[in-house]
Amino acid sequence: MRGRIARSARRPSGRARRGKATMNSIEPILSLRGVGKAYDGTRVLENVSFDVLPGEIVGLVGENGAGKTTLMRILFGMTVIAETGGYEGQISLSGARVSFKSPFDALDAGIGMVHQEFSLVPGFTATENILLNRESLESTMLVDLFGKRMSVLDRGLMDRRASKAIERLGVPLDASMLVKEMPIGHKQFTEIARELDRENVKLLVLDEPTAVLTESEAEALLSALKILASQGIAIIFISHRLHEVLAICDKVVVLRDGKLIKETRNEGLTLREVASLMVGRSLEKAATIRPVSERPSGTPILEIEGLWVDMPGETVRDVCLSVSKGEILGIGGLAGQGKLGLPNGIMGLFPAGGSVKLDGKSVPLNAPRKTLDAGMAFVSEDRRGVGLLLDEGIDWNIAFTAMQVKGTAVIPLLGGLFQWRSDVAMRELALEYIAALDIKCTGPHQRAGNLSGGNQQKVCLAKAFALKPKLLFVSEPTRGIDVGAKRLVLDTLRRYNREYGTTIVMVSSELEELRSICDRIAIIDEGSVAGILPPEAPIEDFGLLMAGRLAREAAAKEAAK
Amino acid sequence: MSGVKAFVADFGLPRIIIAVFLLALFVIAPFVGVSLTSSFINVTARFGMNGIMVLAMVPMIQSGCGLNFGLPLGVIAGLLGATLGIEFGLTGIAGFGVATLITLTLGAIFGFGYGKLLNRVKGDEMMIATYVGFSSVMLMSMAWIVLPYKSPTMIWGFAGEGLRTTISVEGFWDKILSNFLAVRIGPEFVFPTGMVLVFAICVALVWFFLHLKTGTAMTAVGSNPVYARASGIDVNRMRLVSVVLSTMLGGFGILVYQQSFGFIQLYEGPFSMAFPAVAAILIGGASVNKANMVNVFVGTFLFQGILTMTPSVINSVIKADFSEVIRVIISNGMILYALTRKTKVAR
Repeated sequence: MRGRIARSARRPSGRARRGKATMNSIEPILSLRGVGKAYDGTRVLENVSFDVLPGEIVGLVGENGAGKTTLMRILFGMTVIAETGGYEGQISLSGARVSFKSPFDALDAGIGMVHQEFSLVPGFTATENILLNRESLESTMLVDLFGKRMSVLDRGLMDRRASKAIERLGVPLDASMLVKEMPIGHKQFTEIARELDRENVKLLVLDEPTAVLTESEAEALLSALKILASQGIAIIFISHRLHEVLAICDKVVVLRDGKLIKETRNEGLTLREVASLMVGRSLEKAATIRPVSERPSGTPILEIEGLWVDMPGETVRDVCLSVSKGEILGIGGLAGQGKLGLPNGIMGLFPAGGSVKLDGKSVPLNAPRKTLDAGMAFVSEDRRGVGLLLDEGIDWNIAFTAMQVKGTAVIPLLGGLFQWRSDVAMRELALEYIAALDIKCTGPHQRAGNLSGGNQQKVCLAKAFALKPKLLFVSEPTRGIDVGAKRLVLDTLRRYNREYGTTIVMVSSELEELRSICDRIAIIDEGSVAGILPPEAPIEDFGLLMAGRLAREAAAKEAAK
Repeated sequence: MSGVKAFVADFGLPRIIIAVFLLALFVIAPFVGVSLTSSFINVTARFGMNGIMVLAMVPMIQSGCGLNFGLPLGVIAGLLGATLGIEFGLTGIAGFGVATLITLTLGAIFGFGYGKLLNRVKGDEMMIATYVGFSSVMLMSMAWIVLPYKSPTMIWGFAGEGLRTTISVEGFWDKILSNFLAVRIGPEFVFPTGMVLVFAICVALVWFFLHLKTGTAMTAVGSNPVYARASGIDVNRMRLVSVVLSTMLGGFGILVYQQSFGFIQLYEGPFSMAFPAVAAILIGGASVNKANMVNVFVGTFLFQGILTMTPSVINSVIKADFSEVIRVIISNGMILYALTRKTKVAR
């Protein structure tokens, strides 16, 4: 082991070695051939093949849902893969075909994985975390009597091992510091050092390692990765921060919709190119978007100033946005950047602050009822959790909110002293929307929980339409529903916008979907609006807005040259 | 065949087994020397006595607060109402009316505090409710001794202070509801029309309430609190209303119980009220977060029927007194069964 590292250390660094690598003189550490995977008939990965050479850093990029996670799950032998029917194709490690039954097999074979979320014990020191469950043990007399469980820790050896792992990283990390007292960057280093302590580690997979780091921490991490690569360890680096990928990777692999779109050396690659590879299907010209001249502009219906929302995983930091009356505004961006926090915060489902004005009148935040009364409605991305009463019938689901907010289907008794729920009126309302939105069901009393995803989504839309809102927020309206239902949902939104003049703000992870229906598209990045584009804007512009501020700056510099 | 299966699935296997068992007991009874008439008298009387306390489960179940194991709190409101009524020396309708008024007022106050507490422990309501029931009973056990009651019918004769464990309502409002419009059927059997009528009215009122806009909101809160919140409902307020309602019903329930039973049971008396009521509504087919009026009727009838019939029939068969053992096994077994089948609403 030690010999191999020593040899590779003498080797020239990654970039200089490239000429040699292309000649295939070195056996790849990892080789994927025709790897594919489908969950319940939905294809998420198709015929992916690429090689990773020793000491090479491969950047794996792709939008959310491009198949990166699935690919890593397969590689790491996660049990979820086997439980859902295994995968296609073959994976070889150092020339030998492998098929891992569990992550432990993958670890034994020399693959280290660093996840986006930390899996560290906060109350332990860096050393203890690095060597967790692999501690150096010292035998005592009790071992002879009761077996290995009675051995004690050899602290001295453990410290040396931990320092060695940290040394390989080349970062200033205090091995005796408690993890809970560390800055976030050091936690990430501890995670990596843990993988390095495994003597046989040949391949390191890092899933969005810089997502939680500050810029300087990220830089330190990147240089540490270069040092590791120079020691002969192959690295798969997954990130949506494209400038980081271009800064350190020898090779870039682009996944899109489960297919390998491009595998290319990082030579003369520009951010723009990668961004467009990542997001861009060549869009068949959507005839459904409004021509530019007919797009509503001017009179703002909703004005947002300095909005922040504390929604876990989707924090909104500072959003200023103005929505014109009658338009369909799309909100896009990568997962975790805060696009979902926007509607959830305005509708009062998560703590929020800032100023929101509807028709010039200020709308109080953190009060769901007030926003509903003001004339806004929300179709949540969490259909089953927030959107529906799964145990109640379609009629309840559609009529309930309108009943509470607008008094729909309510009969006043004794001069309004009692507000009687009219089951007949609820049924009629439900029947009206079942017909209007073509909801497939056995009748208005069918439990919402028994409907298919697409029909559940239609019920959620009907619930919002029943409020006759001035402004409708729709969040991920096509998530988890099939293609046919998607089309219907989008058509319905378009129809309500055109026929009733309902202003719609639609949040979606699927850029193509936004570009097929919206009048303008705002991209949210790191909790604020990165930019607003018309739907016809070139695809790489969208990609750049999503790729982060630094990437945008770098692209601007490229363009200036 | 599929019709039978659908019926079983719809009505619930445990309910069917218990109904068949009860029927079997009625069939066996005459053969082992148990009088059918007295059995019927007992069953109807207990049905009317316990019904409202079973009904007291419904609002809290509907709002998602779970089973009201804190029923003793409401019962205590009822005990205070009844003892104060006697203390004021009021008898007949006036006495019962004043007792009811005091009970409902105290029930609302107790329920408000209880509800505030339950809003702080979302997810663990039933456990906390059990403790609320236990601790309130214990607290009141001390209070009954020291409260300055003076009425000689209620206090310990030898000490001159402190309330007795059992106080007779004879001469105050004994059987005031049971005997109202009572119908005599045959030589022994008297149907307690008034009491059953009051029970039915209470059921109708709760049904009416659940059909109002507010009641609808309460049901939605129990079905999916996040949905309700997104629809502009104040979830905590709805839960509070349901707990107040449940507590008030529990208090009134014990007043109805007492007038038929003839005694006010103080000290540890309220302990024995919650579990049978919980068991009854579960046997009736309610789940931890859904209950309706049919569950109340069917559950009260089945549970009280079993409770009345099993001891008398089985004691006659095996010639030993098993009544208490069987009562405990049935009521706790039913609760256990229902809680193991508690399914969280899929999210």
